[in-house]
Amino acid sequence: MSEVAEYTRKDFASEQEVRWCPGCGDYSILAQVQRVMPEICIETNQKKEDIVFISGIGCSSRFPYYMDNFGFHTIHGRAPTIASGLKLSRPNLQVWVVTGDGDALSIGGNHLIHALRRNVDLKILLFNNQIYGLTKGQYSPTSKVGKKTKSSPLGTLERPLNPVHLAIASEATFIARAIATEGTQMRDVLLQAAKHKGSAIIEIFQNCNVFNDGTFDAFAAKKNQLENTVYLQHGEPVTFGKDNEKGICIRTDHGALEPYVVNVADVDKSSILVHDEQSPNAALAYLLAQMDVPEFPVPLGVFRKINRPSYDELLEKQVKTAIEERGPGDLNKYMRSAETWTVS
Amino acid sequence: MSSDGSVSADSDKTNINGSDGFIEVENVIIRFAGDSGDGMQVTGAMFSDNSAFVGHDISTLPDFPAEIRAPAGTLPGVSSFQLNFSSLDIHTPGDQPDVLVALNPAALKVNLRDLKPGGTLILNKDGFKKMDLKKAGYLEDPREDGSLAGYQVYDLPITSVCLAAVENTDLTKRQAELTKNMFTLGIICWLFDRPLDLFEKRIKQVFTGKKESLAAPNILALNAGYNFADTIEAFVSRYSVGKVDLPPGEYRRITGNEATALGFVAAAHVCGRPLFYASYPITPASDILHELSKLRHFGIKTAQAEDEISAVGMAIGAAYGGALGLTGTSGPGVALKAEAIGLAVMAELPLVIANVQRGGPSTGLPTKTEQADLLQAIYGRNGECPVIVVAPATPGECFDMAVEAFKLAVTYMTPVFFLSDGYLANGSEPWLIPDLHKLDKLEVKAPTGENGYIQPYSRDPQTQARPWIVPGVAGLEHQIGGLEKENITGKVSYDSENHELMCKLRVSKVEGAVNSIPDLEMHGDEEGDLLVLGWGGTMGAIRHAVDNARAKGYSVSSAHLRYLNPFPGNTEAVLRNFKQVLVPELNLGQLRMILRAKYLVDIEGLNKLQGQPFKTAEIEDKLYEMLEQKVRKVAS
Repeated sequence: MSEVAEYTRKDFASEQEVRWCPGCGDYSILAQVQRVMPEICIETNQKKEDIVFISGIGCSSRFPYYMDNFGFHTIHGRAPTIASGLKLSRPNLQVWVVTGDGDALSIGGNHLIHALRRNVDLKILLFNNQIYGLTKGQYSPTSKVGKKTKSSPLGTLERPLNPVHLAIASEATFIARAIATEGTQMRDVLLQAAKHKGSAIIEIFQNCNVFNDGTFDAFAAKKNQLENTVYLQHGEPVTFGKDNEKGICIRTDHGALEPYVVNVADVDKSSILVHDEQSPNAALAYLLAQMDVPEFPVPLGVFRKINRPSYDELLEKQVKTAIEERGPGDLNKYMRSAETWTVS
Repeated sequence: MSSDGSVSADSDKTNINGSDGFIEVENVIIRFAGDSGDGMQVTGAMFSDNSAFVGHDISTLPDFPAEIRAPAGTLPGVSSFQLNFSSLDIHTPGDQPDVLVALNPAALKVNLRDLKPGGTLILNKDGFKKMDLKKAGYLEDPREDGSLAGYQVYDLPITSVCLAAVENTDLTKRQAELTKNMFTLGIICWLFDRPLDLFEKRIKQVFTGKKESLAAPNILALNAGYNFADTIEAFVSRYSVGKVDLPPGEYRRITGNEATALGFVAAAHVCGRPLFYASYPITPASDILHELSKLRHFGIKTAQAEDEISAVGMAIGAAYGGALGLTGTSGPGVALKAEAIGLAVMAELPLVIANVQRGGPSTGLPTKTEQADLLQAIYGRNGECPVIVVAPATPGECFDMAVEAFKLAVTYMTPVFFLSDGYLANGSEPWLIPDLHKLDKLEVKAPTGENGYIQPYSRDPQTQARPWIVPGVAGLEHQIGGLEKENITGKVSYDSENHELMCKLRVSKVEGAVNSIPDLEMHGDEEGDLLVLGWGGTMGAIRHAVDNARAKGYSVSSAHLRYLNPFPGNTEAVLRNFKQVLVPELNLGQLRMILRAKYLVDIEGLNKLQGQPFKTAEIEDKLYEMLEQKVRKVAS
């Protein structure tokens, strides 16, 4: 094992002046990532220079400029492709993708689902503010139905995507959610994502105080968090509230599973749903991701964490096996492996 | 020969010349044509391999439909393979076949117009039933209405004799019918005096594993065809072609796509960096992906991306990490990759984009050749977005230009286009196999942080290239991206003067690549009445036409551009050494437009957009037209 350097938060802050709007949720995400990086380096046995941040286009995608790591601010929607190419050719690097709801789910939707499906060992931070900020306020693929924006003055007609549902359907092996301003939970999730081998996606609810202020307040505002969010923990009952007095149970309704909220005191404790992030069956994660305010608390934390070999690992293995079986390639010999003849 | 010009194998009214004497000829052009399920490509490729192997120069032209199996027997379903084999150094698959094999009426109808007057026509009599004629749109049987007069026609019962030959094997009826291409090949082998042992060996190589049981019946059919031709005493004469005088060395037959793939592997060796190839399947470039995917034991990583954009993105990611990032496609794919190529220009990363051009616009003619993506390669992006463009001239040269593409990309830290085309990609020729150890290695610098921070956009004084600093190097952490870069520091800059400076810098860097590019070489004299300047796969036809005109005493020379951006340093001087200039292109004048704009030289074009390469005669006719016009002008 190589020696692990000791880092502090400052080691990950670049000299560039941060240029998000004052009050933007992105500041908080940046601070949490910088804070948790030293721990990530220790836990994953990585050096700072081996950690790379790759982004697409949008407010969130300015992120790499503010980290003092190798960073690549690429083009709209394509960060997962560039990150995949880097990770496949340099599997020892730890590659993070920073993206937003427009970047990842609209213009880059195809790349996101395929990066997740392949299980490339990428750590994808999806900043979801349900709006296009950098282009000054059009609706995004996660905006709520009826949302009035500059491009939908009479309200949007489109149903929003649920990023967690998309990640599940794309066979992502690590799926989590966090609130930008909830530091402790976010650092926990970031660390878990870093330690996960395979594609990890974290949806981060991030407030755009200029174009979509308060959109998550119903559950993300400090005063509402205890009542209206539930932090998922593997093997633990899914309970929430100030004193964890409320819980989630599951019943069958016309053959479909349906969650409902109970008072813990009123039910047999064993009837309360116990979270299993490692379940090979994605149904539970899907069901949890359906829960939303006001009827339910919004689940945060890790929805799914399953073990599958990563694409970069498998590709590396294919190369290794091919060399073992056939010997290292000899181009001079290979070019002559077709039918040849000699002219003298 | 009978009065109607046909020879019929089972007819006793024919004049049969049964002598074993061979007629010595310099070259033979043969075209195999049939339904796309008839195995004409395999037959042609096997006969080509053998032709090269026995010592002829060869050039091939496969032509097949975009549909995997168009309706059987119809005109769109016709697939053909043309081979020119010669005792001379040849450059093209030839204009007009001497021999046409047509296994059904559709194949006859599509191909007859190309057959040389008096040429040999071998038909499959069993494929000319009423229904077959109808499918091909023949109202009258062409064998009976005199339309084949003027050709040497051999109307042979190929299917029935072949079926009888493989009767006692375990083949199903369908499988038995499929052996008729080998039966036909047997006939051709007899006609050109080719021993069958090498073909038998090849058949055994093709049918292995689960298909092993098919090898013996195919060999049986091959021999049956040969013996059939030998015994029917139908053929007027047999032909013999001498060996070509090629430079000594070890040869193989190679297609452009094969040479391209091998060239990129060689580039990895030359540059000392691993090759990473990402591609989305597209005709006619997919073979490059197939070839490279086989080479994991070379340490080559390939990825089949979810789309064209992802493919170029992955290649850029690999280049950012220090590998040779490569993506391959055809024109429609390049259109999708354009924005990402711009990113690589801005990030100044070495990236190679291989475009195997096909007929456009849009989906166009997927299996047919064209050269209409030159402007797309040079200019097809937003902003002032210069890239280097190279183009091989022959299938074998795809190897050299693939190596060259990466050498330039890495030396100048810039994207490079490698422009091949469907004709080069699928065509083949004998290839003098290079010795890898004799290729000059390129010293690629790997900056370290040992001597302190290096500015990511500092420049090499010679090449103006920025350093290739890759993730993992402690102390050299920096951020790059698609936003305009500040000169030297590489930080984001919106400064107006800096932007203009950087735009000019990127252009001047690419123009500076002229220092690494060899001068244009002349074929013929240094000056004269007419220069024919070409690029890409048109070289063979141009050279042949120019040689013919020179033999007649005309003052014509040719030169061929392998570097389209920047042009070789002597390009303008070469242009000005001639009274007239002709640029033949399989487009509507793209190179011509650039040359005229850049050098203010008047240039005529010869332009063709038929999905087919130039015929020598087409270029030759144009030369005479221009030269004689000149004579008339002088006279008046």
